[in-house]
Amino acid sequence: MTGIRVLVGTKKGAFILTADGKRDKWSVAGPHFAGWEIYHMNGSPADPDRIFASQTSSWFGQIIQRSSDGGNTWEQPGSDGAPASDPTDGPPMPKGESNKFAYDTSEKTGKPLTTHQWYDGTQNPWEFARVWHLEPSLDDPDTCYAGVEDAALFRTTDGGKCWHELAGLRGHGSGPSWMPGAGGMCLHTILLDPKDPKRIFVAISAAGSFRTDDGGKTWKPINKGLKSQYIPDPEAEIGHCVHRIAFHPSNPQTLFMQKHWDVMRSDDGGASWHEISGDLPTDFGFPIAVNANEPETIYVVPIKSDSEHYPPEGKLRVYRSKTGGNEWQPLTNGLPQQDCYVNVLRDAMAVDALDPCGIYFGTTGGQVYASADGGDRWMPIVRDLPSVLSVEVQTL
Amino acid sequence: MIRVELPYHLRHLAGVTGEVTLAVNGSVTREAILDALEARYPMLRGTIRDHVTRKRRPLVRFFVLNEDVTHEPPDAALPEAIASGAEPFRIIGAIAGG
Repeated sequence: MTGIRVLVGTKKGAFILTADGKRDKWSVAGPHFAGWEIYHMNGSPADPDRIFASQTSSWFGQIIQRSSDGGNTWEQPGSDGAPASDPTDGPPMPKGESNKFAYDTSEKTGKPLTTHQWYDGTQNPWEFARVWHLEPSLDDPDTCYAGVEDAALFRTTDGGKCWHELAGLRGHGSGPSWMPGAGGMCLHTILLDPKDPKRIFVAISAAGSFRTDDGGKTWKPINKGLKSQYIPDPEAEIGHCVHRIAFHPSNPQTLFMQKHWDVMRSDDGGASWHEISGDLPTDFGFPIAVNANEPETIYVVPIKSDSEHYPPEGKLRVYRSKTGGNEWQPLTNGLPQQDCYVNVLRDAMAVDALDPCGIYFGTTGGQVYASADGGDRWMPIVRDLPSVLSVEVQTL
Repeated sequence: MIRVELPYHLRHLAGVTGEVTLAVNGSVTREAILDALEARYPMLRGTIRDHVTRKRRPLVRFFVLNEDVTHEPPDAALPEAIASGAEPFRIIGAIAGG
């Protein structure tokens, strides 16, 4: 029978929620990596039991974890060699290379680029902080992309043992003008085009959106039509705080964006954008998702403002548009409608592939909500986890 | 043998439950201890010192004989009590937030 696996990253560990296709009874496993921030977990479409996890800490840095059994057991990739020393003492150890994200500054593969704009307008060295997002290849379980802070895109082709930067993104020319958002200068969205294996979309806070059509060698900004009143030139090519991009796999030419303010849409692969905020109560927010069966049905979670990161009026409402934007309907059945002051972060909403489509999101208050009917009714899978950073869903 | 005390999360990462013991060749310095530690437990590379710059991570500190030596030169010789293993070299996660 079909099953659902929800991968939840929190500020204090990872949790894995499972149910059968009815999606009404859930099991909760975890915490894995207890006490660590799990920015993101994501499973391979080519081998769903292979899951990558970003385990990170302000104290001890970045650890990449990998599971080959659906999240029951984990290892640091690269453990299959001999121990570095004392081979008589225990099993092989991870070599630590899987945790190394070194920016490529070589002349051969990209323009050496070592600084970006800092909050005060000066140039600041590019410094690796953490992996925000992991996006496994659509067809190769050993290939995975990683979006990192300070913003750059890395790729592994050996199951996570080694990571190499796709330096053309930082090196395409605008890199020195990129500036961090409040959460850091992070590359948080990676969309792999299922119809064109050489096309990838990424988004960076607060630089904007970018696209490659040659597998990551060269990139161009795709921000025409975005307007951001909080930057010196509201219609600049670079500098927009894009919070999240999503598409439907059947129509990757059409992109939906939740920007800092504004919900946007592109029908030409990002070449141009127009606003679809319509009748939303506020168009500030973080995540955006597309229904798995209806490419014109999209979901956002409006947040009061960039200064007040909680739902308007203390009512947690998902808004659904069945018209690809502009006309929005609040979804409230099963969600708290008073005294609710949680946030839903950019990577904390996802959909399954069943019909009707399941929608899932996690909150900074530790709740993970699910709807098994496209958003009409909601129920909490679990209420009291640590603050949720990310939610991904696997349909098994 | 040098005795090294790790913070909880690094003990867990290294798969050890108590202190670790290390052989250090030559002068016993902080840098030599960290080199030996990372050679013996390679999964700790990048957790105490940045993978690329090799600089101490900002929220990691080092204590010797109950004194904070974090800002002492990394290649300074450590006291005989550390070199002989009479006292442990302590690696500590700073007490800060979260």
